[in-house]
Amino acid sequence: MKLYGRRAQLEGFAFVAPFLILYLFLLIYPLLRGIVMSFQRADPFGGGRFVGFGNFTELAADPVFHQALANTFLFTIIIVPPLTVVTLALALALNKPTRSAAWFRGLFFAPSVLSVTIVTLIWRFVLAPDAGLVGEVMQATGGQPIPFLSDPGLVKLAIALTTIWWSFGLPMMLFLAGLQQIPEDVYEAAALDGASKWTTLWRVTLPSLRRTVLLVIMLQTAAQLQLFGQAQLLTSGGPNGASRPVVLFIYETAFVRWQLGYASAAAELLFLLILAVTLVQYFTVNRQDGE
Amino acid sequence: MLDDLSLTLEAREFIAFLGPSGSGKSTLLRIIAGLESADAGEVWLEGRRIDGLAPGDRGVSMVFQHYALYPHMTVRENMAFGLKNARVPRDEIQTRVDAAAKVLEIEEHLDKKPGQLSGGQRQRVAIGRAIVKQPKLFLLDEPLSNLDAALRMRTRVELAQLRQKVDAAVIMVTHDQAEAMTLADRIVVMNDRTIQQVGPPMEIYERPANAFVAQFVGSPAMTLIPAQIVAGDGHLVILKLGDGTVVETAVPRADLPAQGELRLGLRPESVRVSVGKGVTTRATVELVERLGERTLVYARLADGQRITAEDEGHSRVKIGDEIGIRIDGRAGHIFGADGASHHARARPA
Repeated sequence: MKLYGRRAQLEGFAFVAPFLILYLFLLIYPLLRGIVMSFQRADPFGGGRFVGFGNFTELAADPVFHQALANTFLFTIIIVPPLTVVTLALALALNKPTRSAAWFRGLFFAPSVLSVTIVTLIWRFVLAPDAGLVGEVMQATGGQPIPFLSDPGLVKLAIALTTIWWSFGLPMMLFLAGLQQIPEDVYEAAALDGASKWTTLWRVTLPSLRRTVLLVIMLQTAAQLQLFGQAQLLTSGGPNGASRPVVLFIYETAFVRWQLGYASAAAELLFLLILAVTLVQYFTVNRQDGE
Repeated sequence: MLDDLSLTLEAREFIAFLGPSGSGKSTLLRIIAGLESADAGEVWLEGRRIDGLAPGDRGVSMVFQHYALYPHMTVRENMAFGLKNARVPRDEIQTRVDAAAKVLEIEEHLDKKPGQLSGGQRQRVAIGRAIVKQPKLFLLDEPLSNLDAALRMRTRVELAQLRQKVDAAVIMVTHDQAEAMTLADRIVVMNDRTIQQVGPPMEIYERPANAFVAQFVGSPAMTLIPAQIVAGDGHLVILKLGDGTVVETAVPRADLPAQGELRLGLRPESVRVSVGKGVTTRATVELVERLGERTLVYARLADGQRITAEDEGHSRVKIGDEIGIRIDGRAGHIFGADGASHHARARPA
């Protein structure tokens, strides 16, 4: 059968139509609507009123937004580097064909399967100062319970810990896939070149994983800039907004205070921020790659 | 993995491990390199036992089949890596790398990465990386198998020349008998994880130790024809083939086993297409291969036995022709039922 001309185009279109329709209505339309809304003063009950850059200038002066922005950056900084290092170490340790390695790979991937609700529930049991695991241990050893969820400094650490534990799976799998790509004979050549384990790791393995490292950092940065569920469920952003990330700020603005335009503006800013950070990372690494 | 084997190399000797895939030749090479360990046995290099040492401490260099260059390092860094690990002084490294690059004609590529080089250039870098370490023993794992035919021939010649310049022994693994024949001082023919024969190329060719070696070395393969003894004495044996042809060989009767089947082994060059006088028997042509300087004729004898014969370059033989062939029985070999070979007595040197 030979297809050509208009008929072929139509048939081709028919095949992609189901996806395209969903994509247009559930992704592209809301995206554009959001951009429009960010220039309006809007609530769910009536049409928006155009206010130009009003929402954005307001955000620039909003201390709550500033705090959320700072929190988000801090979360990203204390989550992404440790997560990258730990999952890389795990992948290096578990990149073996043994049965126990396979078992541990499954074990470390397991948290990724859980929903954020379960994850926060588990960590609440661990971190709660009065009845939690850490509290019990501290009391049993004669120490004071640590107020992980109510101290403005510790609360960020608690959320970071929860997030790192929850996020092991994907980066570890990406690193394992990257490690599998390195041909065995390169390691054999390094052995014959008298390279120690340490030298082999630094001069052969890690340089070969450059692109995977970049991918993991980019994906995780984008993910952690959007951190939301853990903060909302564990602390509701408290105490005093000390653990409120930007997405929680957007959520509260939109669905607690019903300022849809203002929330949209914050969302657009976050979108631009993620885009910028990702592009910077991408170009830094590509520049280093030379040719 | 490998069954008992023992092998001793002379200084500066070039040895080729020749055998089909799965014969254990690569495993043997990897045991020498330290990449695999033997269940039992010892490896010695210049009076030092090395089988307990790490690969990098053995004083051997290896060229891998797929080159195994470090993709993110430049050519210079690739070649210097082993020396840096051995803590060779910086200017010494520089001197050695530059010297090797000059010999291998890769000077202009020193700052490129392997991904920017052609297959032949990568091959040179891999050889360069082995040379700069100035090892006592080079191990080459199928070094030419990834090159195209023209480049392979050229590299083979260059490898032979290079070999004159380095003061070390070489072990090369190959399944290509032409490589083994042209490069090696001695060939180790392997099959089924055992050494079949060790010897200089021409000895392997002229006096194969058994039927496997006889058929594996030489292209096209030696023809083996079942035969019966008609008569014989201290200097010769007369055999009768299945089609009734009688062939006189130079193998002494006394060397042959008293019982069991025998096979007569004939290389194509001792089976000539012929007319008129001197024709030993007749055969029907099944396939003709024109190689230019000679023509190979695949034919069947009257009893259906296949035989490979040779004719001059401008042969007029066609498929289906009935041809006369002249068998030079005195160049033939006889193989017993167990595959063991029996040759004419060696001419006194």
